[in-house]
Amino acid sequence: MIGRKFLDFTVTTVSASSALFIILIVLVLIGDILLNGWSTLSWEFITESPMQGMTEGGIFPAIFGTFLLVVIMSFVGVPIGTVTAIYLSEYAGQKSIFARAIRFAVNTLAGVPAIVFGLFGLGFFVQFVGGGVDQVVSGGAELRWGQPNILWSSLTMALLTLPVVIISVEESIKTVPRELREASLALGATKWTTIRKIVLPNSITGILTGAILAVSRGAGEVAPILFTGAAYFLPKLPDSLSDQFMELGYHIFIMSTQSTDVEATIGIQYATTLVLLALTFSLNFSAIFLRYKVRTRSAH
Amino acid sequence: MDNANYKIRTRDLRFFYGEKEALKGITIDVKPNQVTALIGPSGCGKSTFLRSLNRMNDLVEGAVVRGTVLVDHIDIYGPEVDVVALRKKVGMIFQKSNPFPKSVYDNVAYGPRVNGIRERKVLDEIVETSLKQAALWDEVRDDLSRSGLALSGGQQQRLCIARALAVGPEVLLMDEPASALDPSATAKIEELMYVLKENYTIVIVTHNMQQAARVSDVTAFFYIGELIEMDETRKMFTNPSVKQTEDYITGRFG
Repeated sequence: MIGRKFLDFTVTTVSASSALFIILIVLVLIGDILLNGWSTLSWEFITESPMQGMTEGGIFPAIFGTFLLVVIMSFVGVPIGTVTAIYLSEYAGQKSIFARAIRFAVNTLAGVPAIVFGLFGLGFFVQFVGGGVDQVVSGGAELRWGQPNILWSSLTMALLTLPVVIISVEESIKTVPRELREASLALGATKWTTIRKIVLPNSITGILTGAILAVSRGAGEVAPILFTGAAYFLPKLPDSLSDQFMELGYHIFIMSTQSTDVEATIGIQYATTLVLLALTFSLNFSAIFLRYKVRTRSAH
Repeated sequence: MDNANYKIRTRDLRFFYGEKEALKGITIDVKPNQVTALIGPSGCGKSTFLRSLNRMNDLVEGAVVRGTVLVDHIDIYGPEVDVVALRKKVGMIFQKSNPFPKSVYDNVAYGPRVNGIRERKVLDEIVETSLKQAALWDEVRDDLSRSGLALSGGQQQRLCIARALAVGPEVLLMDEPASALDPSATAKIEELMYVLKENYTIVIVTHNMQQAARVSDVTAFFYIGELIEMDETRKMFTNPSVKQTEDYITGRFG
């Protein structure tokens, strides 16, 4: 009897401490970044460009570049993801081979390492598409699109985040009650009208959730933009799709590995990380909030 | 027999869900401006039959239909039939009232709008007429902008009826329209049917024997996918020709 009680006690203790361990890791991680980054963080840090060989000044170009990246990415990824989700849930037969192939592709895409997307982006967008455009436009004399830029980075990132959008939108479309679709169809609405006027307006939170999750994921990934458009340092902000750009995650990476003076930039690294974390956390929290709203609606 | 005198005629209508045969050859004639009640125990196929009259069963994956359904002498499963036009002509009221999460006005105007009516004046008129026909106008006229979901259960169902009437149907299919309502709301729906049949042909599925007896002119008794008996309601409920019908109506099984 004592043995059994002891076993129970041990299991409780071990599982509780591993749970505690996870909380500790999060606390230490955030605490460390807050403690070390807070002193460098200032209004100027957010609004100014790097100075003195990037050992001083702010990170505005990286914030701007990240923003631009996720905006272009969303403009491409969210519509494609939404349309795919509509097809999967409304048009494809649940057992059709084509639908199963799409689902398999989406799941596979979700499991591909980010660096592979980066290499794919380099090979496909930069060299094949971009190089091809240059060939057509100038016979290859001028190198404009055939080099890394913000457009190719955004498209690569859109591919990476596509599964997030598709899954989130489809989940939301499924919570739209069948009765509403039937009511619309029974009134002589076509399937497309029903989707446009009933299904999509009632899934708008899901589409938003998908977009936010995609942005949050995209803002945090470095590997896909490594070869497709991110720059070490730029004296000016990008003003064309064929420009390179600076980005927060990439900025942290180069500051910590390739800076002229790593020691001098530690404050900047911490503060940049803090900004990136604040960005992705707030995005994730808003996505969780929206998702919660969708869930409570479907429970009705 | 005067063929022109039937609104809906089915001939040997069979319906399969995959392997399962849900309707085993149903032949029925429905007269215009009458209420035809379909009764029978759960799973007898009466709802499936109803939903095959406006092709709502098309939405069921793996469903196969055999036989013919004539509405105004046109085979609605024919290759040239426009399902959208059919559903405008043959409206449907569902068991669970299902107003859109929109205002009362937008609910009723939904059908006319998707069918291309845009002028505000015309829409206003359709909305008012339909709500009046559904005996809901007096209860909602003060605020047509309030959400349809804010109405009571009985009002919601009458809103759904108004919404169906707004597209100008000739036939109304009702799938247990009052099963979720309290007795007074049910009574209102039944009174409404009595008035509506002057202008519409109504086919109603019901679990409620008294309701079928009260509202219908003709009753059809379904059992396990087959039509057992169909006759004038008065005769069905007083002197049915088939023993099974009598057993069901008197509550010996069901």
